[in-house]
Amino acid sequence: MTLTEKIMARAAGKSRVEAGDNVWVSADVLMTHDVCGPGTIGVFKREFGQNAKVWDRQKVVIIPDHYIFTADSKSNRNVDILRDFVKEQGIPYFYDVIDDPSGHWVFDPAKGLTNRQYGSNYAGVCHTALPQKGHTRPGEILFGTDSHTCMAGAFNQFATGIGNTDAGFVMGTGKLLLKVPETMHFRLEGALQPGVMAKDVILHCIGEIGFDGATYRALQFDGPGVANLTMDDRMTIANMAIEAGGKNAMFEFDAQTKAFVDYRCKLNGTKATYEPVERDATEKFVYEHVVDLSKLEPTVACHPDPGQRKRAKDLGEVKLDRAYIGSCTGGKTSDFLEFARVLRGKQVVITTFGVPATPEIVHDLQTARWGDQTVWQILVAAGVQMTENAGCAACLGGPVDTFGRMNSPMKCISATNRNFPGRMGHKESQVFLASPATVAASALTGRITDPRDYWN
Amino acid sequence: MQSVFTGPVYVVRDNIDTDQIIPAQYLNLIPTIAEEYDKLGSYAMCGLPESLYATRYVKEGKVDSDYPILVAGRNFGCGSSREHAPIALGSADCKLVLAESFARIFFRNCVATGELYPCECPERLCDLLKTGDVVTVDLDAATVTVVATGKVYSFKPLGDVRPVVDAGGLFNFARSSGMIAAQA
Ligand code: SF4
Repeated sequence: MTLTEKIMARAAGKSRVEAGDNVWVSADVLMTHDVCGPGTIGVFKREFGQNAKVWDRQKVVIIPDHYIFTADSKSNRNVDILRDFVKEQGIPYFYDVIDDPSGHWVFDPAKGLTNRQYGSNYAGVCHTALPQKGHTRPGEILFGTDSHTCMAGAFNQFATGIGNTDAGFVMGTGKLLLKVPETMHFRLEGALQPGVMAKDVILHCIGEIGFDGATYRALQFDGPGVANLTMDDRMTIANMAIEAGGKNAMFEFDAQTKAFVDYRCKLNGTKATYEPVERDATEKFVYEHVVDLSKLEPTVACHPDPGQRKRAKDLGEVKLDRAYIGSCTGGKTSDFLEFARVLRGKQVVITTFGVPATPEIVHDLQTARWGDQTVWQILVAAGVQMTENAGCAACLGGPVDTFGRMNSPMKCISATNRNFPGRMGHKESQVFLASPATVAASALTGRITDPRDYWN
Repeated sequence: MQSVFTGPVYVVRDNIDTDQIIPAQYLNLIPTIAEEYDKLGSYAMCGLPESLYATRYVKEGKVDSDYPILVAGRNFGCGSSREHAPIALGSADCKLVLAESFARIFFRNCVATGELYPCECPERLCDLLKTGDVVTVDLDAATVTVVATGKVYSFKPLGDVRPVVDAGGLFNFARSSGMIAAQA
């Protein structure tokens, strides 16, 4: 069995499963957020009754992160719906925007979009917050009401996105009927060259199979190259499995996984026991591809979908209006460090926005020093508009007053994960997906630029 | 259950993602609140760029579409897991989508919500039909007939998916088939 099949078999209480089997699996964690949480709660109450209780309150994790820093009253209301539900159910893992458990969330535009407007429990973008807060564990099953839930595959976990109705069902029963996906195999070898990042790896793979090339399939990443990728790198790669239509991504368990998960579970006092799955000779794949990491070059996915793969160095003709770094896949501390490495001591020539994924990342950037400046100060000095309000922001457009949203047709290079028409706001705008390093180099020239020209 | 649907089609191309089906700015609406469910319908498909789709799926000021049948190319419904997408279409009175292929989560959400029938048609109907053409879809026979020409195309039978959508979604189906207990 492949790693995905092993986890599904275990969760279904079977000794083995095969691709194509339909099995009922038990959930270890169900995550929902402010955009799909209220609807999921609505389905749960409609179907199980107004007084129903969730199947296991320790296993439901609620993370508001999408439409938080907006004056849109419905969006603010949605955070309050989550808070009321958490109180009623006694759910311990709720990363509220405000500290007062009986308060109401109201965003204050007068305080500006860039100054911190959240309390001490807020955790930021759900997929980045889940591992930071100790909710991702090897060998487990994670369902989330968000397509990028597959990011947790970095931790040797089966993690996939589901809709509100399925999530309402899980909330009541702890179970879901799933088809076991076929597995596509990506064997990674070697190490990345300077200026090439994990984002380039996944844009390469999606370009290889096409952006519906993994529909209903699992993507397994293994091989000697994985040891040369940090956990952040693996998260970037797993995050975008869905961009090829994939059901989930899956990395092997190793010492780095163990160190990360053990530290985070201990830090947050979450469940620290788990059982990883390991490869064996019985695994069968429907596709095989070997990626020599040392041969990859800075890669861009052009408008209008993540499968439009080109090399950054061949796109110098594309003139840009805007650059953006942020999101679950591209707004981590390591992403901002590479971004800053390119921008340090220089000036951006197009409007450039920076949105850290979580408050912890804001803290990292405001405390990490390079010489006599913090990384945050270096970015601000280079002309980047940085916000302390960690969250999804303009990655998915959002309400019109969202920080960094494109409200007119323009061209943007972005470290996010999706570039369908209208994804970051205006429906006639265009988004080019690239690594933080490529986004930084392009912000310096106003054209799509290979970051190796600027590598410090 | 109704098995034959006749009406004008609305035709879109490949890779229509959930942002085009229901733009993210409207995700503040909660589908289980009746008023907001209707509102979602009024925005169905409004994320399509006007430069490519001059005719709107739902006319300005209306909550229902004049096109009960949507015809699409490959990978319809790719992108986010938002259930708002099939719900917006269902709320706009769309009965079924005939696509060359579907993205996984969208397909699953159509079935789970029971909002519409996702029919996979290997023939590229999006190249053969144009918006406004009238067709008759027969779910039992798994055929599409173009009314003006009499031409018939087949799609993959819905199989196990059909009774779930017929029942009105996952919960109704699970109850009616005894998989979960009847509502208290
Ligand atoms: S940052 Fe973007 S991709 Fe990630 S969860 Fe938020 S909206 Fe989705």
